[in-house]
Amino acid sequence: MSLHKVVANAEEAIKGIQSGQTLLLGGFGLCGIPENCITALVKKGVDQLTCISNNAGVDDFGIGLLLQTKQVKKMIASYVGENDEFERQLLSGELEVELIPQGTLATRCMAAGYGMPAIYTPAGVGTEVADGKEVRNFNGKDYLLEYAFDADYAIVKAWKGDTKGNLIFKDTARNFNPLMAMAGKITIAEVEHLVEAGSLDPNDIHTPGIYVNYIFQGEAYEKRIEKRTVRN
Amino acid sequence: MALTKEQIAKRIAQELQDGFYVNLGIGIPTLVANYIPEGIEVELQSENGLLGMGPFPITGEEDADLINAGKQTITTLAGSVFFDSAMSFGMIRAGKVDLTVLGAMEVADNGDIANWKVPGKMVKGMGGAMDLVASAKNIIVAMQHTDKAGNSKLLKSCSLPITGRACVKKIVSDLGVFDITENGFVCIEHAPGVSIEEIKAKTAGRLSIHASIKEMNV
Repeated sequence: MSLHKVVANAEEAIKGIQSGQTLLLGGFGLCGIPENCITALVKKGVDQLTCISNNAGVDDFGIGLLLQTKQVKKMIASYVGENDEFERQLLSGELEVELIPQGTLATRCMAAGYGMPAIYTPAGVGTEVADGKEVRNFNGKDYLLEYAFDADYAIVKAWKGDTKGNLIFKDTARNFNPLMAMAGKITIAEVEHLVEAGSLDPNDIHTPGIYVNYIFQGEAYEKRIEKRTVRN
Repeated sequence: MALTKEQIAKRIAQELQDGFYVNLGIGIPTLVANYIPEGIEVELQSENGLLGMGPFPITGEEDADLINAGKQTITTLAGSVFFDSAMSFGMIRAGKVDLTVLGAMEVADNGDIANWKVPGKMVKGMGGAMDLVASAKNIIVAMQHTDKAGNSKLLKSCSLPITGRACVKKIVSDLGVFDITENGFVCIEHAPGVSIEEIKAKTAGRLSIHASIKEMNV
């Protein structure tokens, strides 16, 4: 891996992504999503993508943008509400969808990042999620065998990053981002603040730069709030 | 009179014990946070990566980076902590979360729950529900007793695809409180003004009435 990880922008970061590849995309709802890279993917026009992400965005933001342009062949997610175009493509059969439990999604990323081929989880035992999967009993309880993801790219969003690719996430925008960063064969990180190596306290880093291939400072973050809720 | 959603939440809050770590699902379960009894301290876990969830923010203090599992803006409290999604489900799977409260479309009298899919109609997904029901030590379901057409949602067996098997321990519906035992639903409390006859008529699964049934205190 090159130690020169800093690229100018999203277009440069995603230039190696080809049609038909599998992408892990960080974020929970619209929180902590790689906005700049999604916009660049729409512009680049690669299609037949398999996207693995907890959600599928909303109609006009997040992964929803890639659905509008029909660049996604298959979506692997845990929850896909709040997206009419997604539902339309799913019910019409245009889009292949695999719904998996959220903890299974996280743990399949974790396994990939830790170099483990598979994990056992109790989530989904006895449900249609278990169809065709190996079930094994440990200490009197059944577990499903679930495989580590095998994705060409991971695209994540962090709050701060340095020129060595070390990443720090903010609040609940952390979610799947550090796990996916570890799970990609090639990992692209977009950050709100890119700083020189040495300016971040090594104790504060969530994702070591060894997992990150390309890093850039994103522009004009919209950081849209999906369900603005206040108490007053 | 059947209970309001707020009354269902208030009754569930009576199940909280001091020191509990609690995961509240979307809908009625979220309201439970408004009725935590005085003198009891619980920590709310949000599966998108937060322990120590605070109330909704005041206008102007919403932060796009700080949301709950229902994607609503929230706040933190003193001692809150953030973590990634694998650790979040790790603490759930490892049994560290004391109580999970979630909604349901159907519950069977053996504790099966269905709440993620209506084939051909609703395809939103299970989110974290399958992980939660597979691992939680104690699961309470907050639900309406019947659907909009008046059909019972407390059944002999679920007609919808299930989320988890034999996992629900207790239901608080708008009509009463039900333990789930080897003998099916056991009604231990009824809502004020709701008769045993009405509960029997609206429960399709095996039902017995506890000898010392009480009126719910809501």
